Amino acid sequence: MTTLRRAQGPEDDPSTSSGTETSSGTETSSGTETSSGTETSSGTGTSSGTGTSSGNGTTRLAWLSRLWALSTGRFGILVVAVIGLVALVALLWLPFDPQRVDIGARWAPPGWPHVLGTDNSGRDILSLLMAGARTTVWVALGAGLVATLIGILLAALGALTARWVRESVAVAVDILIAFPVLLIAMMISAVWGGSLWVVILSVGIGFGVNIARVTRPELRRVLHSDFVLAGRASGLTPVQNLWRHLLPNVAPVFIVQLSWGMAVAVLAEAGLSYLGFGAPSTEPSWGLLLKELQAYITVYPLSVVWPGLAITLTVLGLNLLGDALREATDPTLTRRASAAQTHQPAVIA
Amino acid sequence: MIRYALTRLALLLLGLFVASALIFLTLRVLPGDVAQLIAGVNATPEQIAAIRESLGLNEPLLSQYGAWLGGILTGNLGSSQLTGTPVIDELLQKAEVTIPLGLLALTIALLVALPFGVLSALRRGRPDGTALSVGAQAVAAVPVVWAGMMLVIVFAVWLGWLPAQGFPRAGWDEPGLALRSLLLPAITIGVIEGAMLMRFVRSATLQAVGQDYVRTAAAKGLTRTQALLRHGLPNVGLSIITVLGLQVAGIIVGAVVIEQLFGLPGIGRMLVADVGNRDLPKVQGELLVLTGFVLLVGFVVDLAHRLIDPRQREAE
Repeated sequence: MTTLRRAQGPEDDPSTSSGTETSSGTETSSGTETSSGTETSSGTGTSSGTGTSSGNGTTRLAWLSRLWALSTGRFGILVVAVIGLVALVALLWLPFDPQRVDIGARWAPPGWPHVLGTDNSGRDILSLLMAGARTTVWVALGAGLVATLIGILLAALGALTARWVRESVAVAVDILIAFPVLLIAMMISAVWGGSLWVVILSVGIGFGVNIARVTRPELRRVLHSDFVLAGRASGLTPVQNLWRHLLPNVAPVFIVQLSWGMAVAVLAEAGLSYLGFGAPSTEPSWGLLLKELQAYITVYPLSVVWPGLAITLTVLGLNLLGDALREATDPTLTRRASAAQTHQPAVIA
Repeated sequence: MIRYALTRLALLLLGLFVASALIFLTLRVLPGDVAQLIAGVNATPEQIAAIRESLGLNEPLLSQYGAWLGGILTGNLGSSQLTGTPVIDELLQKAEVTIPLGLLALTIALLVALPFGVLSALRRGRPDGTALSVGAQAVAAVPVVWAGMMLVIVFAVWLGWLPAQGFPRAGWDEPGLALRSLLLPAITIGVIEGAMLMRFVRSATLQAVGQDYVRTAAAKGLTRTQALLRHGLPNVGLSIITVLGLQVAGIIVGAVVIEQLFGLPGIGRMLVADVGNRDLPKVQGELLVLTGFVLLVGFVVDLAHRLIDPRQREAE
């Protein structure tokens, strides 16, 4: 009885009086593509309605091929794959030990065996960049994980709790979103000292809050849709309902934000490492390399070009992947591409 | 309107309060002994105890926080742990660099974003329009530090037009020199911020193109461009105002990095130095001022948006 009453409560909300039917209709259709993952993992259960069970394989393929059909999507996938591959290779093999000092080979020009040349202490720049890719991927994945956890936690708070908790969480998110990530990172650095963990934590917090803010309207819409109400009525606990119906339906928005969030993580890592609050000097990092080479830009300008290009390419790849994911997961968005949904990496890094 | 303004003001005050509490708690409650940090590794227990005493760390947390808040309300942000200078004095002095830098960067960002954003929307689907949006995406992905270095290489090292580092000792008493030394840093932040803003301008323009009033105006005999400029652009302007708050936050963050790169004696560089020195009372004050500023800009932007947009006024 209580569940039913709670389920009906939000229906009084004037914002959802009309249009619920149509919006939930599009929801199921767009949710189909992404809910396929949860379908397989959580077994059968009560699926979100009609037609969800049919053709999981083909819808997943359609989603991916739509992503690949976009030139931005192709570029994004390729860049992210290449960076990931380089990071993997760097785990096992590097042309030179990136930290090996070889005074005899200082400032070698690009050529053989130092393909991109060497720096002021004779370290091989290509090896430093490859090892830096490792750091970048690690920070991006870590920050993405933290952001996901915080995003899900805030989404759960926004969907499952009593109205006053929900509203306070919403206000808190609106306030927290004004904190630039770099300032959060510096705040934590003031106490703990700088480290990659600080970067991961601060970007994760900052972007988790961002995800919560962006998915909020979507979540509220799904919360009032028929299949969620049906799920509640059929005896799913709120947490089960969250996993089976709510999260799969906001997943497209979630994943898009995550891709952009990782771009921010890459920029933040570079910026913070440059400022001295990110990677320690023993850890190869693109931002740190920029800091170390800064003193020599007047004499050896070419050496600074490489790490900057690596950062730019990675960020561009992740940004474009996010754009393409948004287009591929929700075709209706392209027409109503509102300014509010264009992302803003600068706030953060 | 009044009612909205009051609600929004309450949210601003709440935001400032939450910000102060968060900053205070993070700097006090995170594991790590502040006194130990300040004293350094070689400090004796007596020295640490003395620092604890002088910082008031032995008092209960709540009264420490209360003392800080009370100070803020009377215009006292605390003083540096290392030099004893009041934070507010130093902030005001450094603002002489950072505020002009920020304003200059914002102007450049708008000068980049408005024409190119509208143009890339009008030329959508054509090669030049595509080139503009691709360019904006690429520039927006460039890290500020690196962009600054590249501009230094070109404009300071190769061409020798602008100084690569520093700010005149006499400050604004030498306005020409001061402006010149801010130009490259401002261009760095402004162009990158402008590239991001350009995407908003583009999508706002595209939206305006599809609106009924623009189509009607075109049907009445204006050219598409005329119709867009007269009826569409005010709406583009509105949507830009709403993202201005984000822009300001971006510029602050950009200034932190760029002041370090160009050796400018501004608020950002001071914050970096203070975090490095673990001058916690100062960091606390500076972070509050910066986040407070971002919140304040958000407040002003929301109010301005309400005032300017007639549709929102009628919705009351």
